[in-house]
Amino acid sequence: MGVTNMLHIEIDGKQIDVAEGSTVMDAADTLGIYIPRFCYHKKLSVAANCRMCLVDVEKAGKPLPACATPVTDGMKVATKSEKAIRAQKGVMEFLLINHPLDCPICDQGGECQLQDLAVGYGGSSSRYTEVKRVVVNKNLGSLIATDMTRCIHCTRCVRFGQEIGGVMELGQAARGEHSEIMPFISQTVDSELSGNMIDLCPVGALTSKPFRYTARTWELSRRASISPHDSLGANLSVHTMQERVMRVLPRDNEAVNECWLADRDRFSYEAMNSDQRLTTPMIKQDGLWRATDWQTALEYVAHGLADIKAKHGADAIGMLATPHSTLEELYLLQKLARGLECGNIDHRLRQSDFSADAVQRGAPWLGQSIEALAQSDAVLVIGSTLRKDHPLLAHRLRQAVKRGAKLNLINPVDDDLLCRVAHKAIVAPSVMVNTLAQVLKSAAQEKNIELGIVYRDALAHVTPNAAAQAMAQSLAAGQRIAIVLGNMAQHHPQAATLHSLALELARVLGARFGFLGEAANSVGAYIAGAWPRGSGMNAAQMLATPRQAYVLLNVEAELDSYDAQQALAAMMSAQMVVVLSAFKHLAADYADVMLPIAPFTETSGTFINTEGRVQSFNAVVKPRGETRPAWKVLRVLGNLLQLPGFDYNSTEQVRQELLASGETDVPGMLDNVLKEAVLTDVSVKVNGIERIGEVPIYQLDAIVRRAPSLQVTQDAQNPRAWVNAALLHQLGVSEGEAILLKQGAGQAHLAVACDDRLPDNCVRVAAAHPMTANLGGLFGAISVERA
Amino acid sequence: MTEKVILNTLDYPEPGTLANYERTGGYQALKKILAEKITSEAIITEVKASGLRGRGGAGFPTGLKWSFIPRHFKGVKYIVCNSDEGEPGTFKDRDILRYNPHSVIEGMLIAGYTLDAQTGYNYIHGEIWREYELFEQALDDARAAGLLGKNILGSDFSFELYAHHGFGAYICGEETALLESIEGKKGQPRFKPPFPASFGLYGRPTVINNTETFANIPYIVRNGGQKFLELGKPNNGGTKLFSVSGPVNKPGNYEVPLGLPFTELLQMAGGMREGRKLKAVIPGGSSVPLLPAEIMMQCTMDYDSLAKAGSMLGAGSVILIDDSVCMVRALERLSYFYFEESCGQCTPCREGAGWLYRVVQRIERGQGRPEDLDLLIDVSKNIGGRTICGLGDAAATPVQSFIQHFRSEFEHHIEHKRCVDGCH
Amino acid sequence: MTLTTESLKKIEREVAKYPADQKQSAVMSALRITQQEKGWLSNDTIQFVADYLGMPRIAAYEVATFYNMYHTQPLGKYKLMICTNLPCRLTWQHDIAAYLQNKLGIGFGETTEDGKYTLIEGECMGACGDAPVMIVNAHRMCSFMTPEKVDQLLSELEQP
Ligand SMILES: Cc1cc2nc3c(=O)[nH]c(=O)nc-3n(C[C@H](O)[C@H](O)[C@H](O)COP(=O)(O)O)c2cc1C
Ligand code: SF4
Ligand code: FES
Repeated sequence: MGVTNMLHIEIDGKQIDVAEGSTVMDAADTLGIYIPRFCYHKKLSVAANCRMCLVDVEKAGKPLPACATPVTDGMKVATKSEKAIRAQKGVMEFLLINHPLDCPICDQGGECQLQDLAVGYGGSSSRYTEVKRVVVNKNLGSLIATDMTRCIHCTRCVRFGQEIGGVMELGQAARGEHSEIMPFISQTVDSELSGNMIDLCPVGALTSKPFRYTARTWELSRRASISPHDSLGANLSVHTMQERVMRVLPRDNEAVNECWLADRDRFSYEAMNSDQRLTTPMIKQDGLWRATDWQTALEYVAHGLADIKAKHGADAIGMLATPHSTLEELYLLQKLARGLECGNIDHRLRQSDFSADAVQRGAPWLGQSIEALAQSDAVLVIGSTLRKDHPLLAHRLRQAVKRGAKLNLINPVDDDLLCRVAHKAIVAPSVMVNTLAQVLKSAAQEKNIELGIVYRDALAHVTPNAAAQAMAQSLAAGQRIAIVLGNMAQHHPQAATLHSLALELARVLGARFGFLGEAANSVGAYIAGAWPRGSGMNAAQMLATPRQAYVLLNVEAELDSYDAQQALAAMMSAQMVVVLSAFKHLAADYADVMLPIAPFTETSGTFINTEGRVQSFNAVVKPRGETRPAWKVLRVLGNLLQLPGFDYNSTEQVRQELLASGETDVPGMLDNVLKEAVLTDVSVKVNGIERIGEVPIYQLDAIVRRAPSLQVTQDAQNPRAWVNAALLHQLGVSEGEAILLKQGAGQAHLAVACDDRLPDNCVRVAAAHPMTANLGGLFGAISVERA
Repeated sequence: MTEKVILNTLDYPEPGTLANYERTGGYQALKKILAEKITSEAIITEVKASGLRGRGGAGFPTGLKWSFIPRHFKGVKYIVCNSDEGEPGTFKDRDILRYNPHSVIEGMLIAGYTLDAQTGYNYIHGEIWREYELFEQALDDARAAGLLGKNILGSDFSFELYAHHGFGAYICGEETALLESIEGKKGQPRFKPPFPASFGLYGRPTVINNTETFANIPYIVRNGGQKFLELGKPNNGGTKLFSVSGPVNKPGNYEVPLGLPFTELLQMAGGMREGRKLKAVIPGGSSVPLLPAEIMMQCTMDYDSLAKAGSMLGAGSVILIDDSVCMVRALERLSYFYFEESCGQCTPCREGAGWLYRVVQRIERGQGRPEDLDLLIDVSKNIGGRTICGLGDAAATPVQSFIQHFRSEFEHHIEHKRCVDGCH
Repeated sequence: MTLTTESLKKIEREVAKYPADQKQSAVMSALRITQQEKGWLSNDTIQFVADYLGMPRIAAYEVATFYNMYHTQPLGKYKLMICTNLPCRLTWQHDIAAYLQNKLGIGFGETTEDGKYTLIEGECMGACGDAPVMIVNAHRMCSFMTPEKVDQLLSELEQP
C-alpha cells in the first residue's frame, strides 16, 4: 500500500486534513459537526437516497449529499448556510408529507431520528393537504414488529441483510411512491442477526416485538453489561424500568461486537422476566418440594456435603458448572471443592475427550484477537455450525471473505455460511480426523516442511486426496492464516487429536491457531481453575462413574452434557443433588435442594471472552424474589463448611484474589500449545451410522432456552433427524415421517428430514433439547429405524 | 436534400438488412480500422473533431466521454448502448433499430476497439419487442459474416455484443439505472461519482452512449470528423434525428442537419393539421422546458439555439401542442408520468413527484386554490437539483415551464374550475 | 412449478449472454419468458426463477414489481396496454382507450367477466409517431389505431 494522500477541507470554517477517499460526512463527523442523515450508516454502503445530508459545497451548483461526496483538496463546505438549510428543510418536508404524525403512540417515540430532526427542520404546519399513503404491515416473525406506513425508505434494513446479515430477506418492492419494504411474500425474517434492523431503522417502522408497547424510551435506565451466551462477549446496554429488564441493545465496541448484536444476545432477556424463574430456595422432603429460607437451605447443603464427605470421602462429590457462569462464581466453586479436598470439578460438560488435559499448558483460547481473526486472508474452520454457534464471528469471517479471504471448512454439516467457501470437506464426524491429517500432510508437502516425528509416524498411512491438497494449497497461499476449532471439534470424541493436528498444521503454515470458545466464559472457567487440572475427575468421569453428591452451578444436566442419558442417570442415582439455578427445571425430578441464584442481570461478575478480554459487569436490576448472587451463596457455603478464605465482600475481591495484577495476568495464562501431541487413530473406520449432535442456537444455555420470542423462531423448531437422501432411501421412509433413534438405553422419536449435503451414514440430531434428552453422546454410534 | 448519416438505408427496400447497410458504406469504417490498425488515440481525435454530442439527451461530447475510459487498463471493460428511449415524445432509436441496426453494431464495435473492451450490451426499450427481435437478427447476421465474435475479420480484435430487453421502466434510460437493470436488479440509479467510465457494468469501466450516438460513429470514422461537423454547425456537429409528434400532418422522424430552422422542420412534417394553430412546443422530449410558439418559431434546431431560448435540444423529440389543448390537462398527464416512473429511491422525487401530480390534478378537476401555483413552483424547486438522477429535474421542469408560460390558463382553471374556452 | 423445455431453453439462451458469475442478469428475460408461458407471475413462478438463477427471492420479486410490464396478479388472457401519454394523446383523432373501454365494458385495470381482456394504461412506448399505439400481451405493438383496426384486432383475438 502506498502512502495515502491527505486532502485539506474546510467545513463551516473549521479546517481538517483527511485521507483521500473520505467523504464530506466522514470529515464532518471527525470535526464533530453534525450533518443530519437517515440513510447513511457507518457500517453500510452509501446509498445517498434520503438526501437529508445535503450541504453547500463551494463551486457546486446544487447542494450535494455529504455522505456520498468525496472530499477534494481545498474543498469548502457550509453545512448551515442558507442554501444548505433550505435544501435540508425541503427534504424534511418531503419525508413528513406521507409520514403519520403518530409519535405519541409510536414505539420509536423519544429515540426517533425523524422526530428529533423534524423538530429542528420541519415547518410548523404541513403544506401537504392531499391523502397520505398507507402501507400494510408485514409479519416478519416473532422478533420484529412493523409499522410500514412510517417507513422513510432509507433502505438501511435492506442493505443490512445484503451486506452484514449475509442474506437478503427484506427488499424494496414496487417503485416510486408505491415502493414498500417487505420480505418475499409471507416469509419471515429468520436471520440470526435480524434484530439489528430494529436498531438501524431510524423511525418506528421496524421495532422490537417483545419490547413493543411495554415502556416509553425516556422511562428507561440504561446500564452496561456483557452478553452471557457465546464467547464473543458482546457488549450490552441493558434497559431497565422498575427493576425489570425491558430490552437489550448493543453497546458499541469496535473490537468485539462493533455495533451489532446477535438475536440471542438481544432477546434472551425475556427469560429473566419469565415465570420459569426460581425465586425461593426449595428443599425436597419426602418427595415433595417445599419452599424454605436461605439459612435452612444452605445449612442443609453444608450438612449434606459434609456428611457425604465423611461417609464416602471427598471424592464422592462432583461439582459441575456451565461456562456461562461468571469468573467469580467458578472460582469460588472450585475453591469450595478444593477446600473440601475434592478435585472433581469441571465446566466442560459437552466435552468427551479429555486426553489433552495432561499436556495442556494454559487456557485454550482464540489464539489471536477477534480483529486479527477478522483480518485473516485464509481461514480453516474445523467442526462448527458457525452461524449458529458464533453469529457475530461468522459475520466477521463473512466480511473477511468479502475482502477476498479464503474460507475453508472441515465439518460434518454443510450449512449455508452466506459467503463463498473456498474449499470444504463435509465428512462424517469420525472422518474429520483423517481429513485434517490429509490437509496437514499435504500442507507440509506444499511448504516443504518436515512434520514433527510423532506426526510423521502417525500419518504414515495417510494419503492426501485432491480435495485435501486443494485446501492445503488455498491455506498455504495466505499471508494471515487462521485455524480454529469450533464447538463440534471441541465436543468431538477425538478432540485432542484434532487439537494436535491443527496445532501442527498451524506450525507448518505459520498460522495462528485457536478455539472458538463455546460459552461466554469458556476461557474464564479455565483461568478460574474450574477443571480438574490433572488431579480429580473431569466432567465425563464424574458422570460415567456416578458420585454420591453433585453440586450443579447453572447446569441442566440432561441438556448441558455430552451424554444426556448418562448425565441424567448419574443424577438420578446420586444421594444428593444441589442445584444452583436461576430457573426451575427438570432437576425437580432428581435434585434435593434448589437454590435460586442471580442471572447475569442481577449480579456483578466477569466474563473472559474467547480472545482473553476481561469484561466485568454490574447487576442492572435487583435480584428477583429471594434470589441471591451465586458468589454470595458459595461464600456462605464456604463459611458454613468452615473453609478458610471465604470472606469476600464483593466480586472485585474475588477477582482480585484470582487475578492479582488485574487483567494483565490473563495473557500469560492463555496457551493452546500442548506439551506433546495427543494422537489417536487417524485412519478412517467404518462405524455404522453416526450421530452428528449439535447444540442449536437457542438451546445453548438455561437463559436462552427460556426466552419465549426466540423459542418461536425458525431456528428454534423442534429437532428433527436429518439424513441424506441415500440414508433416507435406505431407511425406506419419507420426509416428515417419524423414526426411532436409539443410543444406549435411550431413544427418541423424531420426524425425519432430508439434507442431501450431509455425509453418508450420518444422522444430524440436535442435543440440548428435551426431545432428545434420552439419547446418548453427541457423536458416535446411533441406531435409526422406522418407527 | 442534405446528406443523411443514419436514415440513408431508407432508400432501399428492407432497409435494415446487412446487405443494404453495406451498400451505404457500412462496415467500411471497421474494416479500415482493422486493416490500417488505426490507434485508439486517432479514433478519439476524430470523434472529438466531429463535434458529436450525446444524442441521449444530455448532449455530452462523445469524444471527451470516451477519453475518460482508462484505455490501458487491462481488465474487462464494457460498451453499452442505451436504446431505452422512454421519454415521452422520443421514438428515434426505434427507427434506427428497425432501419439501420448495423450502424449501431458497427458504432459499438468501433467503440469496443477504441476502448479495448470485449463485450457490449444494447439495452432495448421494453415496449418495442419487434425491434428487439430485429436487432437480435442483425446480430446473428453480423456474427455470420464474421463481423462479431472472435477474431473479427481475421484480426486479433474480438468483440461480443448482446441485446438486453427492458420491461417497462422509464428510469432505465438513465445510464446507471440501466446498468443496474442489466445486472438483474431493479433500475435504481446509482449515485455519481463514481461514473460508469470507472465503475460501470459489474463494476467495470464502461462507456454508455445512446443508439443514435453510436449510429453516427461509422460515418465519422469513414469520412473524418470534420466532414461530420460540417453537416451541422460549429459545436453542433452532424445531422440529428428529430422525432416530431403532435397534430402535424406527417408525424415521424426527420434526419436533418443541426441548426435547421424550426419552421423548416415543421414544414417537413407537413405543417399543422388543418385548423390547428401551434400554441407551444416541447422541443427535446417531455422533460425539457416547454416554449411558447412565438419563441419557438425563432429558433434553429440545435443545442445552442434552444439553450439560449431557455429550453434544451434533449433527445430531439419535438412535441407540438396546438391551441385546442388545455395546458393544465397536458401538465397533469406529464406529472402523472413522472410520478409513476419515479424509481422511489430518493426522497424528493419519490415524495415530491406525487405531490406535484396531485396538486395539478386538483387544479384540473376544479379544486385548485390560489396558493397552489406558488406551492407547485416551490415544491418543484425542492425537487430539482436535489436528487440522485435527472428524473427529479425532469419532473420539476414541466411544472415550472408550463406555469411560467401559461400561468393565466392555470389561474383561469383555479378561478373558474374549468378550461379556458376552446380547450379540452 | 414447471416450465416447458422451450421456455427453459429460452432462459438458458439469455443466461449465456452474461458472464458466468452474473446469472442474475438474466432475471428480466426469465421473468418475461415465464410470464409469457404462464400469463402472469405467481409467487411460485418468481420463486422458481430466483432459485433457478441463484438469487434471493425477494430480489427477483423486486424486479417483478419494479418493471411495469410484469404482472404479479392474474389478468385476462389478452392484456391490452394502451399508451395515454401526452404526445400520443395530442395526435389522437380517435380515443382508442375510450373506444375499448366502451366496447369491452371495463375500465383501466379491469378484466372482462369472461377473463379474456384486461385493459392497462401504458406509458410512452417510444412510438409516438405512430399514435395511437397499443400493445397486446407485452410483445405485439399495434400502431395508428382506429376504431376499425381495434375491431379487427378483437375479432382476430376471438379466433380460437
Ligand atoms: C430520467 C432519465 C432518463 C433518460 N433516458 C434516456 C433514454 O431513454 N435514452 C438515452 O439514450 N439516454 C437517456 N438518458 C440519458 C442517459 O443517462 C445518458 O446520459 C445517455 O444515455 C448517454 O448517452 P449519450 O452521451 O450518447 O447521450 C436519461 C437520463 C435521465 C436522467
Ligand atoms: S430522482 Fe427519482 S428516479 Fe432518480 S434516483 Fe431519485 S427517486 Fe429514483
Ligand atoms: S445520509 Fe446522505 S443522502 Fe441520506
